[in-house]
Amino acid sequence: MNHRHSFWLYFTVILVYAFLYIPIFVLITYSFNSSRINVRFEGIVNLEPCGPFYWFCQLSRNREVINAVRNSLIIATLSTMGSTVIGTMAALALQRHDFPLKRFAEGSLYIPIIIPELVMGIGILVLFTTVFRGINTAFHLQGNARLGMGLGTVIVSHIAFSVPFVALVVRARLHGFDRAIEEAARDLGATEWITFWRVTLPNITPSVLAGALLAFTLSLDDFIITFFTTGPGATTLPIYIYGLLRRTITPEINALSTVWIGIVFVLLLVIQRVQQRD
Amino acid sequence: MSTIPSVPGGARRRGFLLMLPSLLWMVGLLIIPLGLVLVMSFGRRDPDGNVIYTFTLDNYLRLLGFSRSYPCGSTPPPCFDALYLSILWRSLVLGFQTTVLTVLIGYPLAYFIARAPASRRNSYLLLVLIPLWTNFVIRLYAWMIILRSQGVLNSVLGWLAGLLNLPFQPLELLYTPGAVLLGMVYEFLPFMILPIYTSLEKINPSLYEAAADLGANPWRTLWRVTLPLSMPGIVAGTILVFVPVMGTFIVSDILGGRQVILIGNLIQRQFLDARDPAFGSAASILLMVLTLAMTLYYTRRFGFGEEITSA
Repeated sequence: MNHRHSFWLYFTVILVYAFLYIPIFVLITYSFNSSRINVRFEGIVNLEPCGPFYWFCQLSRNREVINAVRNSLIIATLSTMGSTVIGTMAALALQRHDFPLKRFAEGSLYIPIIIPELVMGIGILVLFTTVFRGINTAFHLQGNARLGMGLGTVIVSHIAFSVPFVALVVRARLHGFDRAIEEAARDLGATEWITFWRVTLPNITPSVLAGALLAFTLSLDDFIITFFTTGPGATTLPIYIYGLLRRTITPEINALSTVWIGIVFVLLLVIQRVQQRD
Repeated sequence: MSTIPSVPGGARRRGFLLMLPSLLWMVGLLIIPLGLVLVMSFGRRDPDGNVIYTFTLDNYLRLLGFSRSYPCGSTPPPCFDALYLSILWRSLVLGFQTTVLTVLIGYPLAYFIARAPASRRNSYLLLVLIPLWTNFVIRLYAWMIILRSQGVLNSVLGWLAGLLNLPFQPLELLYTPGAVLLGMVYEFLPFMILPIYTSLEKINPSLYEAAADLGANPWRTLWRVTLPLSMPGIVAGTILVFVPVMGTFIVSDILGGRQVILIGNLIQRQFLDARDPAFGSAASILLMVLTLAMTLYYTRRFGFGEEITSA
């Protein structure tokens, strides 16, 4: 199926790809900038230690950055584990069972897709502040015992917006699942539980993994929900960079972006592989 | 339920139990919070910035310009102030412009990928996804570097002007409405490309051949065959682009430098600097109603299927 396209189509396609990639190319280039204020590119940095990779080395010693990276990874890992389990259960329920409130439950999964994230973020902020204030006053909590925003609130909120995406991905796979192999397992004497672990789960594993990776990247990328649910000590990488953008930025942040882009690139390649095997 | 030889009641209970965690999360973290925002939007701000829960439509009236308790500039209340209406209008115009531009820029690329040999399609798609997953905030920072008065674009323009011996004044590109539009288009372009691609990929290639055999030139084929069949993709893309554009505050914050105020910035400030959560809640509800109305209108009018989930 080879088609001869017009010159103008190729021309436009190259322009659009250039538009998508020029900012990324600029970001990476500036992570080798010798200018500390990083407004214009003044040649490749060559300072001890690490020579051209000076900013990468500085980055690895920056405690604030390391903390932000650690928080981002903790949040992404825990929220992915939660949303993958909850989302897979929801997909199984919706695809295979009839139960009370099914239509409502199914519809509720579309809320994060059609409602602006900002409104969700505001809503969760209002919920947590109201509940926490209530508990803090009711139990006369003082000082550190007072409930407040932090890693926990961010993780719980990230699970909320990831579950629908995991459920959609897993359900699409369950849709084409041949249930005869489950029947065969049951006929051979396997219990329902063993059938699930030994037959069903291995068969849907690629889509569960794809859903998990999607949840992980969604969590790492999130800004708006995190902005409204984070608290002291729970600064994530996007929040940290946002704070810096309003002050001065050194090429360290570019170095950080370069590392980030590298990680995302590898993750996407992994997703691609997993889906191709699927 | 052929494989589960249990009573139907048991299967129903099992289904419900499997769904329960998801249901708890959706109700607890999405539906109840939205209800709280709705309740708060009818409240009032006390002098300390706390919310007094009553039932007043003042916040909504104020959004529409009719201020009953706040002065409009130097005019004491009650008065008319179109400030918030103009912010709303600016956001709608920006959402519309972004959507149109992403369709115009994204369609050719989606078409190209959909008609490429199947073996290469995944790689071309991956190239669209990489910028999408490069962090949202980091991409805005990249445009800051490019658009600054001493930035990349001005350097390139200055160099070109030097070649032609023309006088050159660096352009003020950052912190303008144009920069915000550019940032929005860049951030949300992949959300338009992916659903259009999904709908184009489903078109049977023999339809193109049939159109050509019947004497249609390429433009006529595009207009009468390709475009109508890809409408579900364009509709899904429109929703995926328009809704987040209306609901973001960070693009205008960073690339507009507080010069460009959108409804997202208005809402964010009520919860942080301005400390009027009741008014911010009313603005959130208005934003939600607007985007939901648009989504419903579009899906009723054109309909779409799996395209919405492709991104």
